Amino acid sequence: MPQEFKLILKHLDNPGYTPDIECYLRHGGYDALKKALAIQPKDLPDGKKASPQEQIRDDVKLSGLRGRGGAGFSCGLKWSFVDRRSGKPIYLICNADESEPGTFKDRQIIHKDPHQLIEGMIVSCFANDVKLAYIYIRGEMPKGAKLLNAALKEARAKNFLGKNILGSGYDLEIHVHRGAGAYICGEETGLIESLEGKRPYPRIKPPYFPAVLGLYMCPTIVNNVETLCNVKHIVTMGGPEFAKLGTPNNTGTRIVSLSGQVKRPGYYEIEVGKATIGQLINDPAFGGGLLDGRKLKAVIPGGSSSKVLKAGEKFKLKRKIEGKDVEVETDMLDLPYDFDSLQQAGTMSGSSAIIVIDDSVDIVGALANLSEFYAHESCGQCTPCREGSLWMSKTLHRLTHGEGRKQDADYLVKIADNIPGGKTICAFGEACSWPVQSFVAKFKDEFVAKGAADEERRAKEKVQPKIATPAERKELTTAH
Amino acid sequence: MADATTTEVKPAPPAIEKIKVKVDGREVEVPKLTPDWQGKLAPTTMLQACDIAKKDVPHYCYHPKLPVAGNCRMCLVEFGTPALGPDRKPVMNPDGTPKIAKSPRPAIGCATPISPGMEIYTSTPGVKQMREGVLESLLINHPLDCPICDQAGECKLQEYSVDYGQSASRFVEAKVHKPKAVDLGPRIMLDAERCILCTRCIRFTKDVAGDDALGIVNRGSYNTIATFPGLPFDNNYTLNTVDICPVGALTSKDFRFQMRVWFLKETKSVCTSCATGCNVLISSREEKIYRYTPRDNDAVNGPWMCDAGRLNYKWIQREDRLKDVLVGQASSLPVSKSGQAGSLPHYKSSWTAALSEIAEKLKQAPAGSVAIVVSACQTNEELWLISKLKAKLGAISDSVERTGDADKLLVSADKNPNTNGARLTGICFSEMGINLPKIADGIASGKIKSLIVFGEDVTKHGISAELLGKLDTLIVSDILPNATTAAAHYVLPGCAHAEKRGSFTNTKGRVQKFMQAVQPPGDARAEWDFLHDLVYNVTGKNGFLTIEGLFNEMAKDVPAFNGLTWASLSDTGVTVKI
Amino acid sequence: MSFSVPANLEAEIDELITHYPVKRSASLMLLHALQEHFGHISPEATQWVAKKLGLQPINVHELVTFYPMFRQSAPGKHQIKVCRTLSCALGGSHKLHEHFCTKLGLDPHAHGLQTTKDGKFSVEFVECLAGCGMAPVMMCNEDFFEGVSEKKADEILGGCK
Repeated sequence: MPQEFKLILKHLDNPGYTPDIECYLRHGGYDALKKALAIQPKDLPDGKKASPQEQIRDDVKLSGLRGRGGAGFSCGLKWSFVDRRSGKPIYLICNADESEPGTFKDRQIIHKDPHQLIEGMIVSCFANDVKLAYIYIRGEMPKGAKLLNAALKEARAKNFLGKNILGSGYDLEIHVHRGAGAYICGEETGLIESLEGKRPYPRIKPPYFPAVLGLYMCPTIVNNVETLCNVKHIVTMGGPEFAKLGTPNNTGTRIVSLSGQVKRPGYYEIEVGKATIGQLINDPAFGGGLLDGRKLKAVIPGGSSSKVLKAGEKFKLKRKIEGKDVEVETDMLDLPYDFDSLQQAGTMSGSSAIIVIDDSVDIVGALANLSEFYAHESCGQCTPCREGSLWMSKTLHRLTHGEGRKQDADYLVKIADNIPGGKTICAFGEACSWPVQSFVAKFKDEFVAKGAADEERRAKEKVQPKIATPAERKELTTAH
Repeated sequence: MADATTTEVKPAPPAIEKIKVKVDGREVEVPKLTPDWQGKLAPTTMLQACDIAKKDVPHYCYHPKLPVAGNCRMCLVEFGTPALGPDRKPVMNPDGTPKIAKSPRPAIGCATPISPGMEIYTSTPGVKQMREGVLESLLINHPLDCPICDQAGECKLQEYSVDYGQSASRFVEAKVHKPKAVDLGPRIMLDAERCILCTRCIRFTKDVAGDDALGIVNRGSYNTIATFPGLPFDNNYTLNTVDICPVGALTSKDFRFQMRVWFLKETKSVCTSCATGCNVLISSREEKIYRYTPRDNDAVNGPWMCDAGRLNYKWIQREDRLKDVLVGQASSLPVSKSGQAGSLPHYKSSWTAALSEIAEKLKQAPAGSVAIVVSACQTNEELWLISKLKAKLGAISDSVERTGDADKLLVSADKNPNTNGARLTGICFSEMGINLPKIADGIASGKIKSLIVFGEDVTKHGISAELLGKLDTLIVSDILPNATTAAAHYVLPGCAHAEKRGSFTNTKGRVQKFMQAVQPPGDARAEWDFLHDLVYNVTGKNGFLTIEGLFNEMAKDVPAFNGLTWASLSDTGVTVKI
Repeated sequence: MSFSVPANLEAEIDELITHYPVKRSASLMLLHALQEHFGHISPEATQWVAKKLGLQPINVHELVTFYPMFRQSAPGKHQIKVCRTLSCALGGSHKLHEHFCTKLGLDPHAHGLQTTKDGKFSVEFVECLAGCGMAPVMMCNEDFFEGVSEKKADEILGGCK
């Protein structure tokens, strides 16, 4: 029976646990920082010395920690790309712009245990010689921003931040920067542009890789809230110990945001890969099953941009059994919830947000909802996404408002196919087209049926199809 | 060739390492580094490599003289790089060629640097599909109003649609509507529905013109180019945004709805509004000038020019142009008059009659009795011909200084297009205008009896109408009437630069030729053409019946121009030592 | 010009600017500060920010029009933002939005910002508020509410003074 494994969420929902520094200190807070600052240079076999910073970075590499924001990229590797020879300052930005629909894990940490994030940040900054760091928090979390500011003030008062931290000679300042309602700011280069006071247009790569040309064209690290919290635990436990959590190549814990039509939606921390999607949905310890009388229709496994899984879908997963590579047929519910298994199933664990959809839901309407989100959130910088995201949304609006056509299913896929796969500047192109591609591919009959029904009705009423205009949001067409 | 003439006054650039890449299967050698939009060396991009390989890669947002944006996605290409084995050594094909690992993702040509052995594929089915996709996306919300769009005929949406687009649209939804006929500034109109949001205009005005006036408002598909409400887009370079706008979104108020571009004849010329000498194209139809556009010349103006210069052409076709050869005589029957003080009644004459009369008078003029004032707006050839007269007559001569504001980009404080020409031909000295008081004194004292004026109203430059009245002979050539032409005994109607051929020497010593776009009005004649007759009549010198011959003679005679020929000037000119 | 920023707010703003090595970075924070004080970002406020940060007004206007949280005209005193995105939609956010609109005499089918005639309330469908597990969620000014039933919605409205 899989259970929750609370590493990051260890205290924050406990009765009496408060977001202030005294409470955090009572629970062993800032011990990881003290430990990090006390690390001594280590002699290496080749006669060189490893600095304390290098030792922490090595530990993070050994931990196998993968980014918790969405891409699942190795944190140690990301840090290793940082240009440390440019002579320019290195910046670290905490991406707290949590906006992938379905995801609400970072909100918990920020609001209930802000010092854990701050400690993780300080340790990460120390490991990377960062002197100035920012927390880019969603504009829609004004309380969170206030809490973080209060926590930073407390940390400064205790000299965990500021000049000569705890007598170590290390200086660091962290500031809170608020977004103002833009999903695209979750994209790291869009976030950097936003932090520079510009429209959050993601940068072209090459040449603007943040590790070399990031904030103010200086080397920059952008890490998710949960990732940075993990760094604190890696310092506490040691990288190899951390790597024992979870499964190989999918180490540590993940906070799964479970939403949609289950009995017990919420956030659950698990060892990565130690529970399956089915267990997360159905086990009493987690989702507790679907609502009474309902059957599972679909699961969006890793935030709204991940490709949908259809109930009953089967995948061939590569597994090592007794040292041999074998392919195991696996039901979508039996997919271990980790990075690699979901990737093998053609989707991703993304921001580890599971949205459960039951048989009461009109799947066309669900996709229309998501497409409206992406049309609203496209920054509009590059052509395929700017035009394609709204086009798909308009088509789906038509299809959900009685003006569909039988060919709309194929029409949608053709529009979607023009967007992803490196054709756009950033991964938003994938994010907006993957749901359309996967929903239509897996539920094509429902899309076709909807269009066919509309055609039939129009034939009966002898009317031509209308061009339906979606409820255009005023703020996008005129001054708001 | 004389050493003085070079095409560039720059030290030879250091040798740049070359690397080999393949474009659509053909190997080309390309420099590892190429000047970027600011002229700094930067890694050569796939787009530049394709250009060297003569493979067209369509693009909208990329412009060689602007920072790279990479937003239009039209230049997406597929590519591969030599495969590396686990030992980091290249993997070889059985035939000994390096195995190429094709990238699973395409890349934009404008921003992706090349690497040795790279293969670029510009015409695979995948690339064609991507271009079709981008074009389709750009067109779904486009108004498709080509029949009323000024850009039609020089529109990249039209051109690429023909080359890479689909014939029919699948789009059945409602289009996004955006502001139309937006008054962006005093010279620019915006149709936001035609805009493809390539941001060339924004980057130009911010990064080249230094006026961060344009931006994008709203979001996503509703993105719209705009100024801050109430702050017009008004710097001296705004019209360049019309040139670089690949579609019909930005139009020139001066040109819009005036003429279909495919009816226009384009003539290579040079702007005369200041000493910079920006290279231009004059667009005309049926002897009417419709617009100037900059003509790319990195040694002078790059692809840009200022608005003031661009719009400074209306005077050429003014109604009151001097169209007749006029002779002024107190006793004659007036056919043309001007009410100004000192004006003479004029009657119409002919070139033959007037030129022979003038020649006779000049031949008889005692040495030192003739003065010459020639505008530095006249061409090198004209100035030189006049210098021959000057020598023969032992005349004193000068030009008129004309100054104004300069800027950091193109506008020169010297508003004469040919100051250096006037200096190099000896019409004036380095300090232009120092002889003018002497000429005035000479007239006042009666020493100077004859004055030849080309292209200046000397009454505004210290030689008053009263003084002009004391002259025995005042010979004036000009384009528009003024107080000096009114007082002239002979008025010889001249030509604007757009009506003749010739060359100017710009502020940096670049000798640039220009061609004739339109016919002059009435009897007006190119000055070099009638000056040739006059010089022949007065000095007996001949041999300059054509502009080519004239230029080549001049080049032999004027030290700074030694070694030049009309042909060697090519379209973009040659820099000489000044 | 009638636009003036009180001294204490300007002091707060000056402090915010010190957080960044490049002044322009403070744009969003300044806009938030001004919107909190004035309720919306007027053209004068945009110009004020531009001047403060050494920018052109269009640089700031680009941001004001991009980020949906910034308002160019005064919204209602109490701004209700109902999450529209999938998890909340599955949890009944459309009904919740409709409930607010009907209750306040606004068009339940309009997704954009609507303000009651008396200027007291604004209702708006917004994108994911990152509270998906407790759908439907909403905000009323700075306060965040989870699992909002119609009854709870009425209580929230009742609490708006």
